[in-house]
Amino acid sequence: MTTPLVEMKDISISFGGIKAVDHVSVDLKPGEVVGLLGHNGAGKSTLIKILSGAYAMDTGEILINGEKATINNPRDARTYNIETIYQTLALADNLDAASNLFLGRELVGPTGFVDDDAMEAETRKIMARLNPNFKKFKDPVSALSGGQRQSVAIARAVYFNARILIMDEPTAALGPHETQMVSELIQQLKAEGIGIFLISHDIHDVMELCDRVSVMKNGKLVGTVDVADVTDDDLLGMIILGKKPGES
Amino acid sequence: MDDQAKSMMDKLGLDARLLGMIGALVVIWIVFGFFTDWRFLSPRNFFNVSVQTASVAVMATGMVFVIVTRNIDLSVGSMLGFIGMTVAALQVQWLPSVLGLGHPMIWVIAVFAAILMGAVLGAAQGWVIGYLTVPAFIVTLGGFLIYRGAMWWVTKGQTQAPLDPVFRLLGGGAEGTLGETLSWVFGTVAAVVALAIMLMSRRRKATHGFTVKPVWAEGILMAMAAGLIMAFVWIMNSYPIPRGAMRRMTEARGIEYTDGMVWNHGVAIPVVILLAVTIVMTIIATRTRFGRYVYATGGNPEAASLSGIDTRLLTVKVFALMGALTGIASIIASARLNAVDVGLGTLDELRVIAAAVIGGTALSGGAGTIYGAVIGALIMQSLQSGMASVGVDAPLQNIVVGFVLVLAVWIDIVYRRRAGV
Ligand SMILES: Nc1ncnc2c1ncn2[C@@H]1O[C@H](COP(=O)(O)OP(=O)(O)OP(=O)(O)O)[C@@H](O)[C@H]1O
Ligand SMILES: [Mg+2]
Repeated sequence: MTTPLVEMKDISISFGGIKAVDHVSVDLKPGEVVGLLGHNGAGKSTLIKILSGAYAMDTGEILINGEKATINNPRDARTYNIETIYQTLALADNLDAASNLFLGRELVGPTGFVDDDAMEAETRKIMARLNPNFKKFKDPVSALSGGQRQSVAIARAVYFNARILIMDEPTAALGPHETQMVSELIQQLKAEGIGIFLISHDIHDVMELCDRVSVMKNGKLVGTVDVADVTDDDLLGMIILGKKPGES
Repeated sequence: MDDQAKSMMDKLGLDARLLGMIGALVVIWIVFGFFTDWRFLSPRNFFNVSVQTASVAVMATGMVFVIVTRNIDLSVGSMLGFIGMTVAALQVQWLPSVLGLGHPMIWVIAVFAAILMGAVLGAAQGWVIGYLTVPAFIVTLGGFLIYRGAMWWVTKGQTQAPLDPVFRLLGGGAEGTLGETLSWVFGTVAAVVALAIMLMSRRRKATHGFTVKPVWAEGILMAMAAGLIMAFVWIMNSYPIPRGAMRRMTEARGIEYTDGMVWNHGVAIPVVILLAVTIVMTIIATRTRFGRYVYATGGNPEAASLSGIDTRLLTVKVFALMGALTGIASIIASARLNAVDVGLGTLDELRVIAAAVIGGTALSGGAGTIYGAVIGALIMQSLQSGMASVGVDAPLQNIVVGFVLVLAVWIDIVYRRRAGV
């Protein structure tokens, strides 16, 4: 059996009195897509934000390639090649697509100054792959549509050769064609051996793209199942009732 | 504006806000020129306005970063006074007793002390704001009171004068300029550098295959840049030094003074300092990671920290930079007056904030340019000098400046809404 890429063990975090994530364990293998499902406020985003370095967990540990990892901030996560598409997209609205794509990792010229032209050229290349209709390279991202903004966030996560990719509702604002392109992208990245956590509310998408699914309810893990073993209705039951199929 | 003019402006790449500010400035100059028999448009007045603008404009460039990161600094006027008083006492009392009066290192030590003191005070405020998360408004309001009080304690309220003679040159005046020849050299170098930068940027864009401006547009812009620089030098070089100062200067240089002799001022040293600060700050804002993070943090602090930017440390750096610039402004202001009394810098924080805001810095954060703030300071100073020269008394001046500030921000809001940014 291959060592999992990521193991999150017994993770808990609370905000004030609320236990947003309560002793949850999930794992991810290379070339695997693991779906995270659950009702609104179940704790999905909070769980993955611990992996991406945005929040510090109260208890639990994270193993990357079987070794204990210390992730105290988003920079640490990046050194483990963890890239994240946040539900909120996390874009600086006043900057253009290229500045957002390279935020925190700007390309610099030989003199150490930021090379905007090189960044724009790279951005044009990757956007041509992800969203060929995208033309607004000079505008601040506040001037983009919801879907265009989402493509910028996706481009940022994909550009830097992630080995672990976290996608928090990546297609929520996308049109059918763009959603299709993201599905193809996920399959292509999976084939390259990248591990992906995919948060989505679309059970159909999850069934199609994921290998396994972990379901959360009120901060707790309901269970993790192979998609091959369950139906749409089974998953729906897990989300709503908080019970694994066959449990009573 | 009709379509043709608009498409021409697009090709030139000049934004409406910059043109608007320059337009406002020209209108102010012409109106006051008209009411002063064109005395307002004399080289003498332009020289004075340029010197008087320098101190506030230097601070305004730093205030852009402060406001862009959604903060405010109400302490800069008091800090300027505190630094000015300390550094004046250093020159007048402390250093002469150690090194001897007129020691050539006095002004060097004073300059470093002023900048260092500003950076340390600013960093301390930034630390309280960034790490202890006390709002900038409160922290710098505290600083506003603390520095003004501390300033009094430095000398028990005693005015410090006269300052070191070399230090004084940093404030302008007849001797504190580049002089005619150096001014021309300075202007030529500045023009050549400006043209080289424009050409290089064009070439870089072309190698990436981006569309560049048409050659005629680039030509017009280059001609305008070089023309403005040389025109400024020419005006400064048309303001003769008064006779009394001439006698002093010729004597100091061992030249015999004759009645027909004319020397002109040239570009004032504080203006050279302001230009240097403007260029450095523009480079920081547009071409360094630090500058990029300042704008990103202002646009979306959460996104910035999720991108690995340490926004708390960034706050410390921004306020330290603001403090260092306040130190430079303090040097200019005290040197110009050749004396520091307990009132130095009073109300400057409001002038600085107004300059940044008139120059297009949005108080909601994320937007603002360095050149805008400098032009904003120039507009404010032109208004104030203009009103003084037509005999408007001080209370009415304040009323007018107050209205102009509100009007300018309202126009800016309307502009932003129209432009959809
Ligand atoms: N920064 C925070 N401060 C306080 N409470 C928070 C914070 N972030 C999340 N929570 C709380 O933690 C719980 C889980 O939130 P989370 O965002 O992880 O849900 P989610 O599963 O991603 O939901 P959705 O499907 O709506 O995106 C919620 O009750 C939420 O109110
Ligand atoms: Mg969520």
